[in-house]
Amino acid sequence: MALKLADYKTDVHNDWCPGCGDFGIVNALQMALAEMGIERDKATIFSGIGCSGKTSHFINTYGVHTLHGRVLTFAQGGKLANPDMTVVAVGGDGDGLGIGAGHFVAAGRRNVDMTYIIFDNGVYGLTKGQASPTLKLGEKTKSLPSPNTNYNVNPIGLAVASGFTFVARGYSYDVRHLKDLIVKAVNHKGLSFLDVLQPCPTYNDLNTRDWYAGVDLAQESMDRHSRIYKLEDTHYEPVVHYNDESEVNEKLSQALIKSLEWGNKIPTGVFYQNELISTYEIRLKDKIPNYLENPPARQRISENGLSTTDVSEILDSLEI
Amino acid sequence: MDSVDFTWLIGGPQGSGVESGANIFSKVCAEMGYQIFGKREFYSNIKGEHSYFTVRVSDENIHSNVNDVTLMVSFDAETIFRHFDEVSSNGGILYDSELEGVDTGKVHTLDTPFKDRLHKLLESKNKPFTISGALELAKEKGVKLYPVSFKNLLESLSEDVDNPKLRGLVRMYNVIGVSLSLGLIQMPSDSLLHSIDTIFSKKPQIAEINKQVANYSYNYASAKFEHFKHSLMGIVKQPDTILVQGHFGTSIGKMVSGCRFQSYYPITPASDESVYLESNELLQIQNDRPGSTIVVQTEDEISAMGMMIGAALTGTRSSTSTSGPGFALMTEALGWAGINEVPVVITLYQRSGPSTGLPTRHGQDDLLFTVFAGHGDFPKIVYASGDIEESFYDTGRCFNYADVYQIPVIHMMDKFLSSSVVTCKKFDPSLISIDRGKLLDKVDGKYKRFAFTDDGISPRSRLGMDNGIFWNTGDESDEYGHISEDPQNRIKMMDKRMSKLDLALDKIPLDEQAVSFGIHEHTIISWGSAKGPIIDAISMLKKEGIDIGFVQIKLLHPFPTRYVKSLLKDTKTLIDIESNHSGQLGKLFKQNISRDIDYYILKYTGRGMTSTEIYDSLKKIVENKAEKREILSHGA
Repeated sequence: MALKLADYKTDVHNDWCPGCGDFGIVNALQMALAEMGIERDKATIFSGIGCSGKTSHFINTYGVHTLHGRVLTFAQGGKLANPDMTVVAVGGDGDGLGIGAGHFVAAGRRNVDMTYIIFDNGVYGLTKGQASPTLKLGEKTKSLPSPNTNYNVNPIGLAVASGFTFVARGYSYDVRHLKDLIVKAVNHKGLSFLDVLQPCPTYNDLNTRDWYAGVDLAQESMDRHSRIYKLEDTHYEPVVHYNDESEVNEKLSQALIKSLEWGNKIPTGVFYQNELISTYEIRLKDKIPNYLENPPARQRISENGLSTTDVSEILDSLEI
Repeated sequence: MDSVDFTWLIGGPQGSGVESGANIFSKVCAEMGYQIFGKREFYSNIKGEHSYFTVRVSDENIHSNVNDVTLMVSFDAETIFRHFDEVSSNGGILYDSELEGVDTGKVHTLDTPFKDRLHKLLESKNKPFTISGALELAKEKGVKLYPVSFKNLLESLSEDVDNPKLRGLVRMYNVIGVSLSLGLIQMPSDSLLHSIDTIFSKKPQIAEINKQVANYSYNYASAKFEHFKHSLMGIVKQPDTILVQGHFGTSIGKMVSGCRFQSYYPITPASDESVYLESNELLQIQNDRPGSTIVVQTEDEISAMGMMIGAALTGTRSSTSTSGPGFALMTEALGWAGINEVPVVITLYQRSGPSTGLPTRHGQDDLLFTVFAGHGDFPKIVYASGDIEESFYDTGRCFNYADVYQIPVIHMMDKFLSSSVVTCKKFDPSLISIDRGKLLDKVDGKYKRFAFTDDGISPRSRLGMDNGIFWNTGDESDEYGHISEDPQNRIKMMDKRMSKLDLALDKIPLDEQAVSFGIHEHTIISWGSAKGPIIDAISMLKKEGIDIGFVQIKLLHPFPTRYVKSLLKDTKTLIDIESNHSGQLGKLFKQNISRDIDYYILKYTGRGMTSTEIYDSLKKIVENKAEKREILSHGA
C-alpha cells in the first residue's frame, strides 16, 4: 500500500508558536518522505535541542531527539552502524553553528551519506530570543538588551569549506520548493546540507515573513519585490561533473561568492553539489569489503548465547 | 632451588627503543618458561624525556612489581642517575662506560626537584655529581658494575663482519643492552635470536642486523664477565600461557563480546585499544561471512559518545574508550543514554588528574566522579577490573549488563594496567556468554519502547527494524518516547529506570560483584589494579605467618552493600588501599555501609604501587606502628 502524506504525521500536539516558520519545514520534510515513498521504519529523524528539536516527535518514522549541538554525532553513528536507513538530522542554527559548530565541520570532512537541515532564524527562541550565530553584527532583535556584538556565521560558506558535498538553501514559506530541495538532498550520495531560512515570529522582528517577502521594498518601489530568489531561475550551475581540480575549485568558489549575497537579494536553491567525492561508507568499504552487505547492525554476534567471533588467530599469536 | 625473583630495568630517552628492548627481554623470559610482570613508565613527550621499563621475572605467579631492581642496563646517563639507588645490594648495573664522566649538569632532562635530591644524596656521601659518583655509591652498597663501551663494541663488530654501517649505529643500543643482559644472566641465546625473528618477522633485513648485533653482544658479555649471582636458564613452560599488553584484555574482549562499533578521540592511555581494534577490524566469524568492527576517530569525546549512542540505537553493541578528561566531556550524553535506556559500554582507562594532571601516569582518582557522573538521577553500572586477564572476561560481562539492564556501563581500567606487559593464562572466549536481554528481532502490533513492565525493562526495538518505530528524547517521555511533563508519568518513569539498580544487584552473581581473597582480623578493601600488588604483598606476609584478608570490589555502582557487609562482618580492622589522595573507595564504602575505614594505604605519585611498599605498610599496621594514612611514594 502506497504511503500517504498523513502516514508520516504523528498525533503529537505541535506546540510551536502560531505562524512559526518551522511548520513549513516539517511539512516539507513529510511531503518529501511521502514523495520518495521511504518506508517509515527505514528512516530516522535525528534532532537537536530547541524548538526545531521537537521535529522528530511530529514525524512518524523513527525519531531521536538528541542533545544540544550533538545531533550530527548521534546521526552519523546510527547511519554508519545501519547504512540501510535514510537519515535526516535537523536542528537550529544555534544548535548546529554555535554549540555544535565543531561537529558541523567534522561531519563535512566525513561525508556520511545523510542529510542535515538547519532551521535558521537568527535567534535562540526557546530561551527567549538571544542572538544566535546567524544574526548579523549590530542587529538588535527585540529581546536583545543591546545590538549583537558578534559577526555572523555564513552557513553555506562554512558547509562548502568543510567538505559537505551538497549545499543548498530553502525558505520555509516556499514549502514546495523546500520539499524539492529535501528530495534532492536525501537522494544525494554523500552529506547534504540545507540551510532553511525560517522566520521566528516571536523573537526575530527583523527577518520576518514580510521582510523576506520584500514588503518594505515594495512600499518604496510600489510593486511586490520578494528578497528570495531561486538559483535555478538564473544561469547558476552548481554541479561538479568531472573530477577535475579546476572545475571543483571553480564550483566551490562560485558557491562561496554566492553565499555572501544577502540583503535585497537572497539566493535559494542548490549552491554546490559534488558526487565525485567518496562517501564515508565507501571509504569504509575500501577497507572492509562486505561493510555495506554486513554492517554492524546486521552482524550476528552469537549463537545459543555464545560468541561466534573467532579470535583464535590473535590468541595463538600471543601464545608463548 | 631458591625461587626466581628477578627484576630487570632498562631506561633511556623516549624514542630510543626502550620499549622494544623490553619487549625482546620479556618475550625471551616468557619463552623460557618464566612468568613476567612488566611495566612501562614514560613522560608526556615524544622524544628525549626519560622512559623506563621494569620487567619482573619469576618462576611463580606474580602480579606486581617490587621495589628492588636486580639488574639495570643503561645506555644513557639519566637512567643511571635516576635508578642506581633502586638496584639491590646483590644486584648489578650494566652500563655504557663512555658515560662515566658525565655530570648532572650535562643531562638537561633532569628536572630541578630531582637534581636537588640527587645532589643532596651524593654530597652526603662525598661523591661527585657524576655517573662515576653515582656508580661508586652503588658499588659501596655491594652492587656489581659491568661497564661496556657500546661504541667500541659496535666498532669491533663492524670490523669483524666487515660492515662499516654498523659503526656508530646508536639505534642498536637497546638491542645491545638486552643482549648483554641476557648473556650476563646466562639465558640461552637461541631464545634471544628467535624472539628477534618473531618481533621483526615482517622486516627480515632488520631482523638480520639485530640478530648480528645481539649475538655479538651476548657472546661478549658471556665471555667478558664472570657469572652474575643471578642466572635465568629457563624452566618448564606453563601450557596455554600468553604474553599480553595492557589493552589486549578489553580490546580482544570487545571483539569476542560482539562489539561492532567503537568511536573514540585520541587520549593516553586509552587510544591503544581503539587503534588495536582498527588494526584488527576484519573479524573471523564461525560458520558465517566475515564480520567487522567499525572504528571511528571522532572530532572530540562528545562526538565519540554521541556516535556510540547512535550506533547502539541500531541494536549494535557499541562502545568507546577514553580517559578522565575525555570522560568529563561525555557526561552530558551519559545522562541521555541513561534516560533513553541505551546499552553502551565506556571503557575508562584512568590516568592521574585533575585536569591534564599527570597525563601519562597512573591514578585511580576517577572513581567518585564516575559513580556520580552526569546531571540528574539515572541508573548506570560502574565496574572495575583488577588485572588484564580479568579485563577480558569483564568486558563480556559489561556488554551483558548493558544489554540486560538497558543501561550505560562504565568499565574502569587504568594506566597501571594499560602499560603493563604480563604473562597470563590464554583467554578463553568460550567463557564469555552473550546475553542481549530484551532486544527484539521483530515487532508485532503496537510498540512502546518504554512500556511499563514488571521488572522495569521494556522490550527493545532497534532503528531500522520493521514495525519497531519508537522515539527517543532527552526530555522526560511517555511510553512511546514522546515528551511528557506530566507529574504522575514522571514518577512512574523515574521509578522504572531507577529500579534497574536494585534489579542488577539482585541478578548479578555475588562473585561478579566482589571477590573475597580471604577474610581475617585485618582485611583490605580495594578495587582495580591495586589488586595485583595487594595479592603479592599478602602472600609475602603469609610466608611470615601473618594473615591479611582482602575483598576486591568489582561492582562499584550500584554498590554491593549487602554482600560486602556480610563478607566483612567479622573483620576488626579495615584497610583501604587505592591510588588516589582522598581514599575514594573508602568514602563510597562509608556512604553505603556506614562503617569507618581504620587505615588507608594511598599512592598518588602517578606511579603504580609495588607489592614491597604495600607489604611494608601492612606490616606497620599489623604491628600498630602505622599512620592512619600511609602514603606510598616509590618509583621514579
